[in-house]
Amino acid sequence: MALDEIYKEVILDHYKSPRNKRELPNASYTCSRNNPLCGDEIRVSANVEGDRLTDVTFQGAGCSISQSSASMMTEAVTGTSVAEALDLASAFRGMMAGEVEPDEDRFGDLVALKGVVKYPIRIKCAVLAWDVLQEALAGDGAAAATHDH
Amino acid sequence: MGFDAASVRLDFPIFSRTFEGKPLVYLDSASTSQKPTAVIEAEADFYRMHNANAHRGIYTLGEEATELFEQARSTIAGFFGVSDPGRLVFTRGTTESINLVALAWGRAHVREGDTIVLTEMEHHSNIVPWQLLAKATGAELRYIGLTDEGTLDLSNLDELLTTRTKILAITAMSNALGTITPLAQLVDAAHAVGAIVVVDAAQAAPHLTLDLQTLGADAVAFSGHKMLGPTASGGLLATRALLDDMEPLFGGGDMIREVFHDHSTWNDVPFRFEAGTMQVAQQIGLAEAVRYLQALGMDEVRAHERDLTQYAIEQLQAAGATVYGPTDVEERGGAVSFWFRNVHPHDLAQVLNEEAVCVRAGHHCAQLVMRRYGTPATARASFYVYNTADEVDALVAALDKAGDVFAL
Repeated sequence: MALDEIYKEVILDHYKSPRNKRELPNASYTCSRNNPLCGDEIRVSANVEGDRLTDVTFQGAGCSISQSSASMMTEAVTGTSVAEALDLASAFRGMMAGEVEPDEDRFGDLVALKGVVKYPIRIKCAVLAWDVLQEALAGDGAAAATHDH
Repeated sequence: MGFDAASVRLDFPIFSRTFEGKPLVYLDSASTSQKPTAVIEAEADFYRMHNANAHRGIYTLGEEATELFEQARSTIAGFFGVSDPGRLVFTRGTTESINLVALAWGRAHVREGDTIVLTEMEHHSNIVPWQLLAKATGAELRYIGLTDEGTLDLSNLDELLTTRTKILAITAMSNALGTITPLAQLVDAAHAVGAIVVVDAAQAAPHLTLDLQTLGADAVAFSGHKMLGPTASGGLLATRALLDDMEPLFGGGDMIREVFHDHSTWNDVPFRFEAGTMQVAQQIGLAEAVRYLQALGMDEVRAHERDLTQYAIEQLQAAGATVYGPTDVEERGGAVSFWFRNVHPHDLAQVLNEEAVCVRAGHHCAQLVMRRYGTPATARASFYVYNTADEVDALVAALDKAGDVFAL
């Protein structure tokens, strides 16, 4: 039934046992944003060495979709280059728009969020963490960038 | 029992709908109410048989439209105990009505150093217009706080309401907590310091008998769509003194008496505030909604909702939900905010949707309330004339399913 499509086991697993959910003091990049619709808030922090994301963490509170997406995102982009992370963000956004068929190797657990496409109002929940990541990385990288909204 | 919600439901065609075979359980009337056939037909009948612009045509059809529109004004004002229809300015609803007072009265009368007193349980629509006014005039905002029980904390009312206070803007019933506020006491206290009182009756008007003659507030804003009427119906009921003291907000159309090269003169109250072609069919539909409510009897409506709310609060708490706002149904209406176990309200609403149970999830445009009680959001079930105890049972059964999905 439809519920199984949105609340897949892997989503509930990330929701109940979020990965990389911790503070990252003195991070190269930190940014937070909330979803005005539901009050969910996500803060994403990242350390960058060279052009590699060495640590990506998140904090926040919210629904299973926003929180599991953030958890999956931190796993997916840790160790990638900034360009690869931004590229994945763009591909993820494409999947949520129903325009990109996800590559399972590249997307990993993120594929599970595809079911959310059927629920337009929840798409904002799924992309919230990615919005924050993109905004964090959009800084010029010269100094620690903090954007709070 | 004088009130039979099961037969009331038959008057609402939308309840014939099913979603994947499941009957619609509509528990979001605090957001907008469903419409009875009588209202839908009244609006359609206007378009079918009487449509012309009001206050314009010399021909018979135009006069019919004007007469129906003005009869609607009398009927709707009468619902609030007001015998002078000229005290009702038609608007698109509560938000527009509050903004009308803030702009048309506030900008002319509020000065730097004045205060505007609100409460922390206001809907954003009764906060932001006053913030804009404060910014434009240099006035300051003051807030009446909330108790842990979800009622107004009036312990420092004397400090908040002073001779500097120009406006007290207050809800009659909270959309997020259900709380019914002690309006008579607050109106007296505000008038004692010379402030006007603006009441947000968006939630109260559909559910309580509001007699403005007795209440004594200066201005009362309400929305037709929450009280069985069409969207974009509603208005501002105010004293003649306040309306006479308000500048026009929008210029054009029926608000004008005469236009010269360099100035114009204004039509009488309330038309002075009704620029452009109005919501003629919608207000006629709202008048039919008012007649429908009067036929049910507002005391009966209140009693039905009180019983249903009592049952809902008991069942929700028994199921493991935390209920916000007063639990004594004498102090509250039928908007019941809650948090169910570890399930985020958005997830809850999603699972409930699978059972065709419609609840609201979010901050309900009351972020000050959410912050006060330390929650980002709540789920909210709200009840009206067509809701039944069976639907409360359907809600609770659906909660159990959500509990299973998100069990830790």
